Amino acid sequence: MNSPYSDKVIQYFQNPKNVGDIEDPDGVAKEGSPACGDMVQLHLKVDKKTQLIEDIKFRSYGCASNIATGSIITEMAKGSSIDEAKEITWQQAADELGGLPAVKNHCSVLAVDALKEAIRDYEEKNGLIKEQLPTTIEVVKERLKHVMNPIHGLDVLHTNLISKIEIDDNIIIIDVDLDEDHQFAPVVKEDILEKLEHRWDIEKVKVSFQK
Amino acid sequence: MNKEMVYLDNSAVTRLDKNVLKAMQPYFFDTYAVATSEFAYTMGIEAKEALNKARMEIAGSLGAKKEELIFTSGTTESNNLALKGIMYNQKEKGHLIVSEIENFSVLNTAQRLEKEGYDVSYIGVDGEGKIKFKELKAEIREDTVLVSIQHANQEIGTVQNIKKIAKLLKDKNILFHTDATHTFKRIPIDVSEIPVDLITISAHTIHGPRGIGALFKRDSVKIKKIMNGGFQESNLRAGVENIPAAIGFAKAVELITEEENKKLKNMRDKLIERIEAEIGDVTLNGSRKDRIPQNANITFHYVEGESITLHLDMRGFAVSTGSACFSKSLEASHVILGIGGDHVRAHGSIRFTFSRYNNDQDVEKIVTAIKEVVENLREISPLGKEGSEKNEFSLQ
Repeated sequence: MNSPYSDKVIQYFQNPKNVGDIEDPDGVAKEGSPACGDMVQLHLKVDKKTQLIEDIKFRSYGCASNIATGSIITEMAKGSSIDEAKEITWQQAADELGGLPAVKNHCSVLAVDALKEAIRDYEEKNGLIKEQLPTTIEVVKERLKHVMNPIHGLDVLHTNLISKIEIDDNIIIIDVDLDEDHQFAPVVKEDILEKLEHRWDIEKVKVSFQK
Repeated sequence: MNKEMVYLDNSAVTRLDKNVLKAMQPYFFDTYAVATSEFAYTMGIEAKEALNKARMEIAGSLGAKKEELIFTSGTTESNNLALKGIMYNQKEKGHLIVSEIENFSVLNTAQRLEKEGYDVSYIGVDGEGKIKFKELKAEIREDTVLVSIQHANQEIGTVQNIKKIAKLLKDKNILFHTDATHTFKRIPIDVSEIPVDLITISAHTIHGPRGIGALFKRDSVKIKKIMNGGFQESNLRAGVENIPAAIGFAKAVELITEEENKKLKNMRDKLIERIEAEIGDVTLNGSRKDRIPQNANITFHYVEGESITLHLDMRGFAVSTGSACFSKSLEASHVILGIGGDHVRAHGSIRFTFSRYNNDQDVEKIVTAIKEVVENLREISPLGKEGSEKNEFSLQ
């Protein structure tokens, strides 16, 4: 029978590796959002002397591609340095799995993004960010690509949900093209704050909705 | 394919009944002519008589006359013929009303008509999937020509009160079409009691052959044909008649019994009851009371539907899901979004649909399997854990 999934994807789907949480993780990430689709959670334990990833665990609220990619990237990252792990691409993960159906790319990209985010989280918490790039409109846009629009299940930028982005001193001002009493307004706001509030040169993020 | 497969996707298509095949066979090998006029050769006359007998039997099951039934290739064509046939037949481009949770052959036809300059209104549904009657009333205008609202929904199985809708529209002189693909022979419709003008039916959901359906069109209602060609089907549907399939359709209609429908309802109720009792954090989608006998649709929270269907497939079960991951377009079910407006609910929704070939053991087997599958996937999920985001989003 011709399954859209490779044997390896099915193997990992049936027996995912490195599933779970790490107690007192050094880096954590959650990519995607339950309100709109797949979601991946990642926990890291890093040896602070050697910068090697000692342990890595994931959880998935998603489809077979998502589960398999979460599993394979944790295997690829385990034991490697954070710099090496940062370089793992979606393509490498897909190749390692013997290919993924094209339509399922986004589910697997989510897992790779989660790894990058967890490493960034670790680096930020440990003062390892070497170059503190200033927050520009471009940086904000890049971050907003990781915020989902729950109505469409795609990111808020591509679905034109963001009507204004301004940076004024240390304040980011974002207008969302959604009624303030819309059922998804709180989810979207929280997601935007989570992606931008931690930036080193930002004091406050103001998110407003339509009245 | 695994012979032991438990097939629970009967709203997609049902297995052909062998008695239906047997009834069809002579019209492939013996009486295989087209339906001719009574002045032509014997085989053609016999073919025509057989076709009309099938037409009479199927029409009769709706309380209709044989002249009121147009054979088509199935639901999609019947819905196209009803909507386009009525709208194209008006002098001025009129107004059409459909519900938000219709089958794609109604929704996409309505959108097509919109592109051609017709006005279309889409009526919302409540949490159970019942159309908002007040909204329907409010949308009715001077130029409203046709309302198309399904008898029951293909995914969540909610049955609409078509009698109430038909009466409202009759009083206002507006035509009413209903897609009865998922209720035909399961929930009775009698056109002498309900003033509905057009009804879509199909053989593929009642163990008949694929590629045959029909449109009931009340005598007094005029439509324009949408395909050009020969003069078949009272000059309303061109093309060589699919006589073997029509014979099979009539046989399939004959074979459905009240007892069978009771059996389906029992299996459905047992499945819902056991899942709700034995698996936590589940939501029944659709109505508990007004539901077609063959359908159960349940959301398993914190897990994703494609993962569930894939695991079930490996264990020999066929079901379907409204999850965005399952569809080629990566769009979540418009029906589940329609009743809840929420991707979470669509994401973990599974549709189980029963047929003549299922039994109580299938219910036992699927409950055991889905318990394990959902439990395993919840182990992996970041959601629904103690102290996690369990309450962050709604469990409707």
